[in-house]
Amino acid sequence: MIEIGLDDLDDIALGATFLGTGGGGDPYIASLMTRRAIAEHGPVTMLSLEEIDDNALVFACGNMGAPTVAIEKIMAADQPPAAVLALESHLGRKADLLMAFEAGGSNSMMPIYNAAMLGKPMVDADGMGRAFPEMQMVTFSVYGALGSPFALASEHGDTTILDIEDDKRAEYIGRGIVIRMGARSAKASFPMDGRTAKRVAIPGTTSLCQAIGVNLRRSRAANRDPFSALIEMLSGTHYGHAKVLFRGKVTDLIRETRDGWAIGKVVIEEQGEGTLEIEFQNEFLVARQEGTLRAIVPDLICILDTEMAQPITTERLRYGQRVTVMAVSAPPIMRTEAALAVFGPVGFGLEDRFVPVEELP
Amino acid sequence: MVRPKLRLGIDVGGTNTDAVLMDGDKVLAWHKVATGQRITDAIVSAAGAVLQQGNAGPEQIFAVMLGTTQFTNAVIERRRLNRVAVLRLAAPATTAVPPMSDWPEDLKARVDGGHYLLRGGLEFDGREISALDEAEILAAAGEIRQSGIDAVAITSVFSPLDAEMEHRAEAILRRELPDAAVTLSHRIGRIGLLERENAAILNAALSDLAVRVVDAFTRAIKDLGLAAPLYISQNDGTLMTAAHAARYPVLTFASGPTNSMRGAAILSGLNDALVVDIGGTTTDVGLLLDGFPREAAMTVEVGGVRTNFRMPDLLALGLGGGSLVRDGGARIGPDSVGFELEQRALVFGGGDLTMSDVAVAGGQMAIGEPSKVAGIDGVEAALAQAVAMVREGLERVRPSAATLPVILVGGGAPILRGDTIGGGEIVRPEHGQVANAIGASIAMAGGECDRVFSLDGISREDAVTAAKAEAEAQAVEAGADAASVRIVEMDEIPLSYLPGNATRLRVKAVGDLQGASMGGGA
Repeated sequence: MIEIGLDDLDDIALGATFLGTGGGGDPYIASLMTRRAIAEHGPVTMLSLEEIDDNALVFACGNMGAPTVAIEKIMAADQPPAAVLALESHLGRKADLLMAFEAGGSNSMMPIYNAAMLGKPMVDADGMGRAFPEMQMVTFSVYGALGSPFALASEHGDTTILDIEDDKRAEYIGRGIVIRMGARSAKASFPMDGRTAKRVAIPGTTSLCQAIGVNLRRSRAANRDPFSALIEMLSGTHYGHAKVLFRGKVTDLIRETRDGWAIGKVVIEEQGEGTLEIEFQNEFLVARQEGTLRAIVPDLICILDTEMAQPITTERLRYGQRVTVMAVSAPPIMRTEAALAVFGPVGFGLEDRFVPVEELP
Repeated sequence: MVRPKLRLGIDVGGTNTDAVLMDGDKVLAWHKVATGQRITDAIVSAAGAVLQQGNAGPEQIFAVMLGTTQFTNAVIERRRLNRVAVLRLAAPATTAVPPMSDWPEDLKARVDGGHYLLRGGLEFDGREISALDEAEILAAAGEIRQSGIDAVAITSVFSPLDAEMEHRAEAILRRELPDAAVTLSHRIGRIGLLERENAAILNAALSDLAVRVVDAFTRAIKDLGLAAPLYISQNDGTLMTAAHAARYPVLTFASGPTNSMRGAAILSGLNDALVVDIGGTTTDVGLLLDGFPREAAMTVEVGGVRTNFRMPDLLALGLGGGSLVRDGGARIGPDSVGFELEQRALVFGGGDLTMSDVAVAGGQMAIGEPSKVAGIDGVEAALAQAVAMVREGLERVRPSAATLPVILVGGGAPILRGDTIGGGEIVRPEHGQVANAIGASIAMAGGECDRVFSLDGISREDAVTAAKAEAEAQAVEAGADAASVRIVEMDEIPLSYLPGNATRLRVKAVGDLQGASMGGGA
């Protein structure tokens, strides 16, 4: 059991941007919200999966909407708790613990925010281990926990409960409601007991965000090579393998909208080293060097500013940036056949087969 | 009578005030003075000198263009700021992050005059979040009046899409506070609520100073006997009227670096190039695209406050004419003797070895007494190190492997030797030391459109056409000659997760000032 206080938030946000693998939304606003909630209500207690009761009721919380709207229409203070309360009311039972469904990007902050606002403890785990664009792309769903019933709340306190027996359809129908709510909704979902959470959730991901943030911050302060320090730290976790794929300069950037996605490709070049091409759909999906596969989803591909080791999101990519591309192996629970069928290459319409990054050149 | 055709460009910096007299893009005269305590005096002195040198009468001046860092400095130094009441029209949305949540404490203590989270605001598709509540606004106005605060910032959610709510709120507020200095956020910022609100609050905090400083500018122009209109240059290299600047001082925040890059473009005749501006303490490296600086993609902090102004994307290097040289020339800066060069540098009889001393010893610069640096060590090493620093900076800013010419400007330009760097030709334009004031003098009128379009009902082409038309209309409204208006920048950001292909289009248009002609004779 640990406590999350005001001093931990910047590190968690930095680590969450790294795990966001280019997407997930900038955690800046969510961390300001959380800062205020903790300043007002005190620090949040976080339990590891092993520490929670098998019969405890756990909700996975976060937001649903468009990142471009998120920077303009900030949430109401009581909006995220409204979703939790609505789901409790529907189930006729209080949640004992809150958990993230997405540890990467801005959703990393939401269980902390809700826990502070509602005076509940949270669980150090999530369902994505990074950022993914859709609701069904979670280990919860892969291993049989259902997203429904789930609650969505608007800033007006309007709430809706959806009960949909397939998480992919839940994503589609829920997205329609979210748009009518003004493209920024709070969500409480995947109600499950502690026993199930231990089986289906990826352990330790909120504390991993913090560890990544601390590591990057200390390397900068000590003027150490942040990349090798991070690789060393990650090798001691269940993610295990991390490496620098490429270092160079952004020389081409193509973006387009297709079916509501920010889809594109970034080309990174280094004289004498050739070029690395990374395709993205909100998050970075696949990296190829001169046609040779270097890393592919669900393994993490992260682009960092070479000088400051600041993770860069797809919307902040720009011609001329000097960047370092890192790849991190996803934990085993995200690489099973069942998991790969949902958020492996095929889940994004890629024709490549998944090959673990540690087996790739 | 001959139509006036000359321009007067003035740069009022923290240390120096420069003036140039321009005929089209030709420099007729230039002069530099210390800014000192009284801005009016500095302007009269610098501008008076160029009029005399250029043998020009006040009646020959078509327009005066002025760039200034006065407002940026006030925020950084936290002085002469108004206390501001903040109205945010968004409730029940946005209450999770109240205004000024992420401001540095010392600045907040100076500026915070209370905030009001009121009903209002729009959704991304133009629906109201909630209707504006007149009684609520009047109640807030009453409280503001009682507290004696006379500067107000009003921000409504998605006001860059539709500003009507901010206008209505101002009209209601004015019933109680007829004389308040009111800043509406849509006038100065783009999408990104907190950053736009921050900019509006900073603007309101500068409202008294803006009136005083612009008044000092106007008085100087009058003292010089000039009847020509006065324009102030903005962050993006375009102009606003003095009256507009008095209301929107934050729009000058990045005008200094922008002007020097625009000046570099006009002096060299190059529109696509790298620019190296070497000052006393730092060197700014930037990229010119189509004659304008490339803008930063990240949010920019001013005095510790996050804003989303259109700022040039610059890389600052710790290299300047006053930089201290150590370790036999192996190490330069980042510290500098700054404005004390003429007291502390060896060539002026001081005790510090600076880059200027090295440049004099190397025969690249002619200031002070060269005999004082004859035979000093490390000249070769330091000059080579300066080239290496700039080459590395250029490498980071250069957009692709293609080589671009490098325009070298600024008072410290002679410290960099050579004819080429990193494969690009070095262009050293005449008058590069006053590129700033020249950039101000050639600034254009501009307009921008930043809106979210839903491509459900219209084609992408139609949306782009509409966005371009809006930017062009804004430029004409800002004083541009319609025939000269052109689109200089277009950005498209798809809004992920919104079906119907919603997309955010940002278009910038610029044109010559009406009545002006860049060719020289009007």
